[in-house]
Amino acid sequence: MLSYIIRRLMYAVPIIIGVNVLTALLFFRVNTPDDMARKILGEKFVTPAAVENWKKDHGYDLPAFINTDEHGAGIVTQTIFFQKSAPLLWFDFGRSDRNNIDIGREIRGRMWASLAIGLPTFIFAIIINLFLAMILAYLRGTLLDTWGLFICVIMMSISILFYIIGGQFFLGKALRLLPISGYDTGLHSIKFLILPVIVALIGSTGAGVRFYRTVFLEETGRDYIRTARAKGLGESRVLFKHALKNAMIPVLTNVVVSIPFLFYGSLIMESFFSIPGLGSFTIDAIQAQDFAIVRSMVYLGSILYIIGLILTDISYTLVDPRVVFD
Amino acid sequence: MPVILATDLIVFLVTGGAIFMAYRSTRGNGAVLREIKQNRLAAVSLVFLCLYLGTALMDSLRWRDVAVDENGAALITEDGGAVYESEALSLLDRALSGLRTGTEKSYSAPFASRLFVKESMELPDGRVTRGYPPLRYPGTHILGTDKVGSDVLYTAIKGIRTGIVIGTGTTLIIIPFAIFFGVIAGFFGGFIDDIIQYVYTTLSSIPGVLLIVAFMLLFGGKGFQGGLVSESDVFLSVFVPNDRLFWLCLILGITSWTDLCRLIRGEAMKLRELEYVNAARAFGVPGSGIIWRHIVPNLMHIVLITVVLQFSGLVLAEAVLSYIGIGVGPEMGSWGNMINTARLELSREPVVWWNLFASFLFMFGLVLPANIFGDAVRDALDPKLRYR
Amino acid sequence: MSSQVLEVKNLKTYFKTGEGLARAVDGVSFKIERSSTFALVGESGCGKSVTALSIIQLLSASGVETHGDIFLNGSEISNLPEAEKRHIRGNRISMIFQEPMTSLNPVFTIGNQITEALTLHQGLNKAEAKNAAISMLSQVKFTDPEAIFNDYPHRLSGGMRQRVMIAMALCCKPDLLIADEPTTALDVTIQKDIMGLMNELKSELGTAVLLITHNLALVYNNADTVGVMYAGRLVELAPARLLFSNPQHPYTIKLMRSIPGAARRGHLLDTIKGAVPAATSYPKGCRFSGRCPREMEGCAATEPALTTKKSTANDYGSKQFVACHLYDLAFMSGAKARPLRAAADGESKALPTKAAAPGSETIVKISNLKTWYPIRKGIFKKIRGYVRAVDGIDLTVRSGQTLALVGESGCGKTSAGKTILQLIKPAGGSVCFRGQEITAMGTRELKQIRAKMQIIFQDPYSSLNPRLMVKDIIEEGIRSLLPGLNKVERQRRVAEVLDLVGLGPKAMSRYPHEFSGGQRQRIGIARALAVRPEFIICDEAVSALDVSVQAQILNLLKIIQDKFGISYLFITHDLGVVEYIADEVAVMYNGKIVERGAVEDIFNRPTHEYTKKLLSAVPALPE
Repeated sequence: MLSYIIRRLMYAVPIIIGVNVLTALLFFRVNTPDDMARKILGEKFVTPAAVENWKKDHGYDLPAFINTDEHGAGIVTQTIFFQKSAPLLWFDFGRSDRNNIDIGREIRGRMWASLAIGLPTFIFAIIINLFLAMILAYLRGTLLDTWGLFICVIMMSISILFYIIGGQFFLGKALRLLPISGYDTGLHSIKFLILPVIVALIGSTGAGVRFYRTVFLEETGRDYIRTARAKGLGESRVLFKHALKNAMIPVLTNVVVSIPFLFYGSLIMESFFSIPGLGSFTIDAIQAQDFAIVRSMVYLGSILYIIGLILTDISYTLVDPRVVFD
Repeated sequence: MPVILATDLIVFLVTGGAIFMAYRSTRGNGAVLREIKQNRLAAVSLVFLCLYLGTALMDSLRWRDVAVDENGAALITEDGGAVYESEALSLLDRALSGLRTGTEKSYSAPFASRLFVKESMELPDGRVTRGYPPLRYPGTHILGTDKVGSDVLYTAIKGIRTGIVIGTGTTLIIIPFAIFFGVIAGFFGGFIDDIIQYVYTTLSSIPGVLLIVAFMLLFGGKGFQGGLVSESDVFLSVFVPNDRLFWLCLILGITSWTDLCRLIRGEAMKLRELEYVNAARAFGVPGSGIIWRHIVPNLMHIVLITVVLQFSGLVLAEAVLSYIGIGVGPEMGSWGNMINTARLELSREPVVWWNLFASFLFMFGLVLPANIFGDAVRDALDPKLRYR
Repeated sequence: MSSQVLEVKNLKTYFKTGEGLARAVDGVSFKIERSSTFALVGESGCGKSVTALSIIQLLSASGVETHGDIFLNGSEISNLPEAEKRHIRGNRISMIFQEPMTSLNPVFTIGNQITEALTLHQGLNKAEAKNAAISMLSQVKFTDPEAIFNDYPHRLSGGMRQRVMIAMALCCKPDLLIADEPTTALDVTIQKDIMGLMNELKSELGTAVLLITHNLALVYNNADTVGVMYAGRLVELAPARLLFSNPQHPYTIKLMRSIPGAARRGHLLDTIKGAVPAATSYPKGCRFSGRCPREMEGCAATEPALTTKKSTANDYGSKQFVACHLYDLAFMSGAKARPLRAAADGESKALPTKAAAPGSETIVKISNLKTWYPIRKGIFKKIRGYVRAVDGIDLTVRSGQTLALVGESGCGKTSAGKTILQLIKPAGGSVCFRGQEITAMGTRELKQIRAKMQIIFQDPYSSLNPRLMVKDIIEEGIRSLLPGLNKVERQRRVAEVLDLVGLGPKAMSRYPHEFSGGQRQRIGIARALAVRPEFIICDEAVSALDVSVQAQILNLLKIIQDKFGISYLFITHDLGVVEYIADEVAVMYNGKIVERGAVEDIFNRPTHEYTKKLLSAVPALPE
C-alpha cells in the first residue's frame, strides 16, 4: 500500500513538471513580462524604465527558460521559469504581481471559507442524490420514475446562474428569509452559508440523480443481482445491499477526486455570494489580470487533482475486494 | 459583399453534417431514426433543435451593403470600386429589421405602450412634467425592451447563434484531435500510449476554468465581437478569421478534448482485440488500413453520443464564462451577457424581470430539447445503457 | 405426500417487443418427481431458460405476461402475492446459473452470501447460519470450508464458484433446484465433477432437479426424464433412455443425428434446413413445418398436440409423448397425410471422394514454438517474468489433412494458433510453411505467405466488422494480398466464394447484422477462402453455434477440404468434433503438447494421464 502510494507520487512528478512548463509557456512566453508590466502599470503612459523597474521588483528580469549569461546550473536556475516554478514545489507561491501580497498566506487564510461552503454542499449532495437515485431505481419502469427522470432533465437544463439569481431573489429579497450575500467568521457564518449551499444542491441534483440512477440500473442488470433475487431477497435488500456496494465503485470514481477541491472554492458561487474564499480570490485576480495568482491557483489545482486521483485509487480498496495493490 | 466569420464556417459545417446525418439515418440500419420515431418527446425536441439551427444559419449568412450617400446614390472610391457599409447584417437581421431598428429610449415592459421609467415630458401646453412617456412602437415589444431600449426578443434571438456555435463548434474542433490521439494511443499502445496518456493527464489536471481564463485573457482579447467589421480583420475581402467566439470554441475545445480522447482510447483498445481486426492482420493489412477501416468507423457512435451530450453542457458553460467576463464580447448577442445585466435589474424597484425571463426561456428552449434528444441518441446507439 | 414436486400446466410467457408479441414459452406442461432430474433441451431461443425463470418467477419486469399454472408440492404458486413468492424463491425453489464468474456478488464474502438465504428463510441466527453454511460448503467438497466462508468470489476458480452456487442453492434444502446450463461455461473435466456433485446431493437431499441445457450427451448421462423444446413448445417428452434409443419427433431425430462424433466419421452430418422461426412469428400449424423432412400436406395447417397416441407397432405405452401428426392415427388416415417431400432423408450421405490423396506432403511444420507474455511490475514496468502461454510445442500439418489441437480453456491453444500465423510474435521456435521459415520474415515477405495461411474465428459476432458490407469484408484480403487482381476479377472472386459457402450473390451488398450466426460463420469462411489458402486455422470455429448449425458448418468445412485439398488446424475443446473431423490430434495442457497421434489411437488408447482424464470426463452418447 505504502509502496503503491510512493509509486503514484513519483508518477505525479512529470505531470507537475508538465503543468509548470505549460503555464510558464503561457504566462512568460506568449504573454511576456513586458506585456504584464505594461498592463499593470497602465497601457498608455508607461516608460521603458518603469517596465524594467517593475520587472526587477517582481523577479521577471531574467531570461524565460535559458540563461546564456550564466554557467553550469545557473543556465537553468537563473531563469524566470526556475525561479518562479521551483519554489512552488515546497508551496512557496511568492507574491502577487499587482498588490505584492503573499499569495501563500492569502490561500491559507481563504481556504476555510471555501471549505465552509464546499464541504456541506459535497456531503448533502451525495446523500440527497444517492437517496433520490435509489428511489428512482427502485421505482424503475413506473410512471413516477419516468416523471422523476424528466424533472431531472429539466433541472439540469437550467443554468446554475438562474438558480443563484432565483435563490437570491426569492429567498433573500422577496421572502427575506436569508441574507442575499456576505460572510462572517465562526458560527455567525452559518446564516450566510445556507443560501449558497441550498442553491448549489438544487443546481447539482438533476445531473447527480440521473447519473447515480444510471449506475444503479447498470448494476441491477448484472448476474449477481439475479442470483440475489433467486435467493428470495426483497427488492429493497437487493438494491440497498447488493447493488449499492457495487454501485459505489463508479460513484467513487466520480466523487473522491473532488474531495481535495473542497478547499479550492467555486468561482461563481463565491463571487455571487461574496464569500471570501479561494474562488473569489481567483476571480478577482482574473479581473485584475494578476497572473502570479492565477498561476498559483493553476498549480494548486493540479496538485489537488493528483491527490484526488490517488485518493480515488485508495478508496477502491475499501469497497472492492478485487483491487489489491502490488 | 458577403462577410464570412470563422464561426460561420462552423454553422455551415454543422448544418451540412445535420443534413448528412438525416440522409444517412433514412438509409443504413437507422437505429437513431427508429428511436426518434418511437419517442415522441425526442421528435419534438428535434423540431426545436432544427428551428434553433435554422435561426443560427440565417444569422450566419451576412453581407455588407453598398454604402449610399444622402441621396441614395452608391458611393464609389476614387478608382471606381464600390464602398461598403462597415456593418455586416445577417439574413436574420434583415428579416427582423423591424425589431432591430424599433428601439425605445429605455426599459419598457412586455406589450407595454409606455416607458417603464419616468421621464420629463413636455405637455402640449408647454409645461414640463415627470411621467411615463408613450413608446415609439407601443405593443410591439413582446418581451419588452432593455436599458438602452433595444428589443429584448431580438437580443434573445441573436443569442441563438452564439449558443449553437459554442455547443457544436467546440466539439467539432476537438473531434479530430480526440480521435487521432485516442485511436493511436489505444491501437498502438506501448510508448505512444504512455506519451499521449501523459499529455492528457497533465492537461486535465489543470483546472479547466482557469485554463480557459488564461487562454482567453491572452488570445481572445481582440477580434470580431459582433457589430462592426474592421477592414484590418478582413482577409481575402470576405473572410474574418479573427473571431472572438471562434477563440472561445477553440479554447473550450483544448480544455475538454481529454475526456473524449480517453473514451476513444479505451474503445480502440477493446476493438484492437476483436477478431475482425485479427482477420485483417492475418491478411497483412497495415496498421493505418486497420485503423481507417475497422477501428474508426466502429467508434464513431461514441463520438456522436459525446457530441450530443456535451452540447447542452457547453451552452450552459458559455453563460457562466460570459458572466465571469471572459465569454463573447458585450456587443455580441449572448444569453450569458443578458443574464449578467439582468442580475442587477432584479434589484431595481420595481423589478425589471423580462430580460432574465427572455434569456431563461431561450436557453431552456435549446438546452432541454438538446438533453432529451441526446438521451434518445445515446439510447439508440449504446445498447448497454438501454434502461428505462 | 405425493412424490410429485413440480407440475407446470400450460405455461405461457410472452414478451412485448418492438416487432410484436414474442411468445418465448407458449403452452408448456410437465411434471418433476422427487429426487429425479428433468431435463429441458433445445437450441438457443427455444424458450428453455425463460421456462426456468417463469417457474422461479423472476420475470417481473414490465412487458412480460405469464399465464398457466405452476404447482409446487400440489399447491398453486403462480398467483401468490409477491411476499410469499419470495419465501418460495431460494427456499423451496432455488436456481443456479450458467456464468459462475459473474453470478456471485464480487464485493461480499462467500459466507455472507450463503448465510443470507439461511437467515432469511430458515430464521437462523448468525452463528447457526454460519455453521449451516460451513457444513454445506463441506458437502460441496471444499476441503477447507472455513477459509472459503471468509473468502471473496474473485479468488475462486470457475468450478469452485459453481460449487459455491450449488451450496448456496441447496442450503435451505429446497424441493426443486433449477440448473440453467450449469456447466456450459466450464471445462469438461470440471463439468463432470459438478454434475456428479449435483446428482449426489439430489439423492441425498431428495431434491428434484430441473436441468436446462443444450448438451444432449449431458442429458443422456444425467437426466431421468427429458423434454425437447422447439419454438416455445415441448415437441417430445420421454424417459431419457427411451428418448435416446427411440426418438420419435422428426426434430429430435434430426438433432441427434447432427451431433458430431466417431460414429459419423466419413459421413456428412444431418442438418435441418432453414432457421428456427422468430418468437414473434411462428408458423401457424406445426412449428417445425417448413423445416421438417417428413412434413405432410396438413402439417402447416393444424398444430399437433403432445400425446402418447401411436400409429405404428412400436408402442411404448404412456411414457413417451410426441407432438407430431405422424403419430396421430386419425390424422394419418386422413387425406392431409400425403408427404410433401420425398423421404430420402433417412440415411446421411457419404462424403464425396477427395480431390487429392491426403497426408503425403508436409504443409506446416512447427517446432519448439514458444509464446511468452511478459509480466511487468514496479515503477519502471520492468519485466519480472513471463506467462508461458505456449511453451515449446511441435506440430506437423500434412496436406489435405486435419490436425486437431485440443485442450481446456487457458491451455494456450488460441495463443498457439495466433502465433503460428505471426499475429503474435513468437518468443522462440520455428514455423515452416512448405519448408520456408516464416518467423523471421519481414512484412512484405510475410504477405506472400499470408495468402496461403488463413484463420476462421470462434465468435460469429465479433469476427465481422459491422460497418462493412459483406463484399468489402471478403474483398479485403484479396485487395491486400493479391494486388494483381483488378476490380472485376475481385468481384468475381467474391461471388465465387460466397457461392461456395452457400450464400447467394445477394449477400454481397448486405451488412453482417442481417445474417444469423451460422450465416456469419459462412461469411467468415468465405473471407478466408477468398485468397485461396492451403492451410486454415479454425479457432473454435464451431463452438459458439447450436448443434444443428454446427453440423452445417462442419459439413461445409469438410466439403471444402475435400474439394480443394486444404489442410486444417482445428483448435477446439470439443472432443466430439475432434473425433468427427480430425485425422490427427494433439492434446495441449499448460502450454505443452502432452500427447499426439492419429485420432483412433489417442481416443482408443490414450497414454498420458491428462488425456485419459479428459476423455473419461466427456459424457458419452449411445452409439
